[in-house]
Amino acid sequence: MTATAAPATTAVLSLKGVSKRFGAVQALKDIDFDVNAGEVVALVGDNGAGKSTLVKTIAGVYTPDEGTMTFDGRTTSVSTPAEAQRLGIATVFQDLALCDNLDVVGNLFLGRELYRGRALDEVRMEQESWRLLRQLSAKIPSVRIPVASLSGGQRQTVAIARSLLGDPKVVMLDEPTAALGVAQTAEVLNLVERLRDNGHGVILISHNMSDVMAVADRVHVLRLGRNNGTFHVSQTSTQEIIAAITGATTNAVSERASRRVQKEEQS
Amino acid sequence: MSTATPNAPQDTTAALPADLQDERLIAQQGVRGWAGAFLSRLKSGDLGSLPVVIGLVIIWGVFQALNDSFLSSRNLVNLTLQSAAVGTIAIGIVLVLLLGEIDLSVGSVSGLSSAILAVGMVNQGWPSVVAIVVAIVAGMVIGLAYGALFTRFGVPSFVITLAGLLAVLGLQLYVLGKEGTINIPFDSGLVKFAQQTFLPLAVSYVVALLAVALYVLTRLRVNSQRAAAGLSTTPNVMIGLRALVLAVVLLVPTYVLNRDRGVSVMFLLFVALVVVMDFAIRRTGWGRSVMAVGGNVEAARRAGINVKGIYLSVFALCSTFAAIGGLLAAGRLAAANQSSGGGDTNLNAIAAAVIGGTSLFGGRGSAYSALLGIIVIQSISSGLSLLNLDSSIRYMVTGGVLLLAVTVDSLSRRSRAAHGRA
Repeated sequence: MTATAAPATTAVLSLKGVSKRFGAVQALKDIDFDVNAGEVVALVGDNGAGKSTLVKTIAGVYTPDEGTMTFDGRTTSVSTPAEAQRLGIATVFQDLALCDNLDVVGNLFLGRELYRGRALDEVRMEQESWRLLRQLSAKIPSVRIPVASLSGGQRQTVAIARSLLGDPKVVMLDEPTAALGVAQTAEVLNLVERLRDNGHGVILISHNMSDVMAVADRVHVLRLGRNNGTFHVSQTSTQEIIAAITGATTNAVSERASRRVQKEEQS
Repeated sequence: MSTATPNAPQDTTAALPADLQDERLIAQQGVRGWAGAFLSRLKSGDLGSLPVVIGLVIIWGVFQALNDSFLSSRNLVNLTLQSAAVGTIAIGIVLVLLLGEIDLSVGSVSGLSSAILAVGMVNQGWPSVVAIVVAIVAGMVIGLAYGALFTRFGVPSFVITLAGLLAVLGLQLYVLGKEGTINIPFDSGLVKFAQQTFLPLAVSYVVALLAVALYVLTRLRVNSQRAAAGLSTTPNVMIGLRALVLAVVLLVPTYVLNRDRGVSVMFLLFVALVVVMDFAIRRTGWGRSVMAVGGNVEAARRAGINVKGIYLSVFALCSTFAAIGGLLAAGRLAAANQSSGGGDTNLNAIAAAVIGGTSLFGGRGSAYSALLGIIVIQSISSGLSLLNLDSSIRYMVTGGVLLLAVTVDSLSRRSRAAHGRA
């Protein structure tokens, strides 16, 4: 493993004491979270731990009730997804939101088309698409075929490439490998590493521990809406992270483990 | 890490254009490559306008065999005159179908526009320009109302326009008043335009050749831009071949039509509207947004497209085209009456768009389907009336053809899904 971009640890994105309530439910409580440039931070937690709420808060879908968000050294607040995008936070949601009937170029530039006079500049868009896809070493056979004919991994690639168009500083990927096969998962993980090597801060939401351990530099664990530890992947184990996700002491896994130990001691 | 593995194989392909470097891409260069690609596209169900062209050839062949005056210049000139009005309405239908919506009221809107024109010009004594503008604006307002109802309350377009069908028909009858039929004077500009204005012989050929020249020039310009950008280009042979086909497709009908009265300016206006809308759909940001909304509304919304604005503009345009079609119909008939825009106008317009190859499922189609579809429908209608068969047979045959077209659409959709071209 390469060392993460040397400790020039000025966080691109940093949240301090963020809280979010939905009526009587405290979805997030006092969350501290930061991402550096050229770093992959995995955001993990059980269902209902607050991952999605946190992602949506960063993406501008929700506004936090308390807490501050610092982006690129300046305190900011984002109240709409468009604002977050303009700031340089790109989000790839789990349902990729691609138009099956449009070709790859059409999807990449959807809503941000390039013009030549009043007409679309197809040539420049195609050229830019290839540049973008090459930069990700993406395996797309042609950018003039409808997205419907691409495989799951290729579609994910298009969605990620699309998020990079505005040259964002932070890219959030919501379960990018959830529906993918072995080879395609590997392709997407390569892509994540390439994003990091290109100096983007990457936030990776995933339930898949092996993916997390494979690409993340740090793992940030949420549990019941609170911080439950940050781990450097190089200095931790899957067990430790799972313990943090499930609550180290009071869960089925650790209970079984301790029962076992007791039995072994008895025998 | 494995990031900077020098891609040795890519060096060998460096001479290839940027879009042909992937080794999995089956290279399609030259005329044979193009033919192969065309065949494989057909096999996978990406039929485009091929079924309708084949259908048209069959229909023309059958009718010509049954009655040899079918393909006579005189009948074909009549065909162009009959096609223009409903064809113009069908352009609007293509637009709403691209969004995956429908407008069932285009017939009524065209009837209302005829009525406004006739009452304005004849009863109120408005200058014809004013009457035309008022009629078109009325259509646009109706479309905007549909769009507003659709985007604000989320009522299905099917229901909104079904209600509109009745309401606008009522409005048409109200505007016409007690008389029921208003004749438009034969010496008025609109009637002359719709019935008697044909391109002079020389001008018609110049127009056809200009169209071919324009095609070649655009293709060459695109080629030079693509070459400058390091992308693949269409071989000049291919451009020449296509230009040749286009020239035949344009010049032969021009010659045939010129043996009788000539190329109708009204029909030319319809074709021009088709070409303009085709450009708008394929080459502008608005058209791209329409296709995106038709393909996946949610994706379009997240991409920052003003989805409501797109719906509004398309419904407004559809009704506007319906109003224009109504004006052409009134001009051709030299009258507006209670059955203007009634009968089969509505269904013919919708059937034309679908038969021409625009999908009912949204996101797939082209403005040219209005042109191809209306020619098919009018050919059937004109052929059957040449055979002295009455409208009962005509309705049944048109219904059958429509059913066939929709079935082809559904089947090719399934095949596209299976071949990954959905």
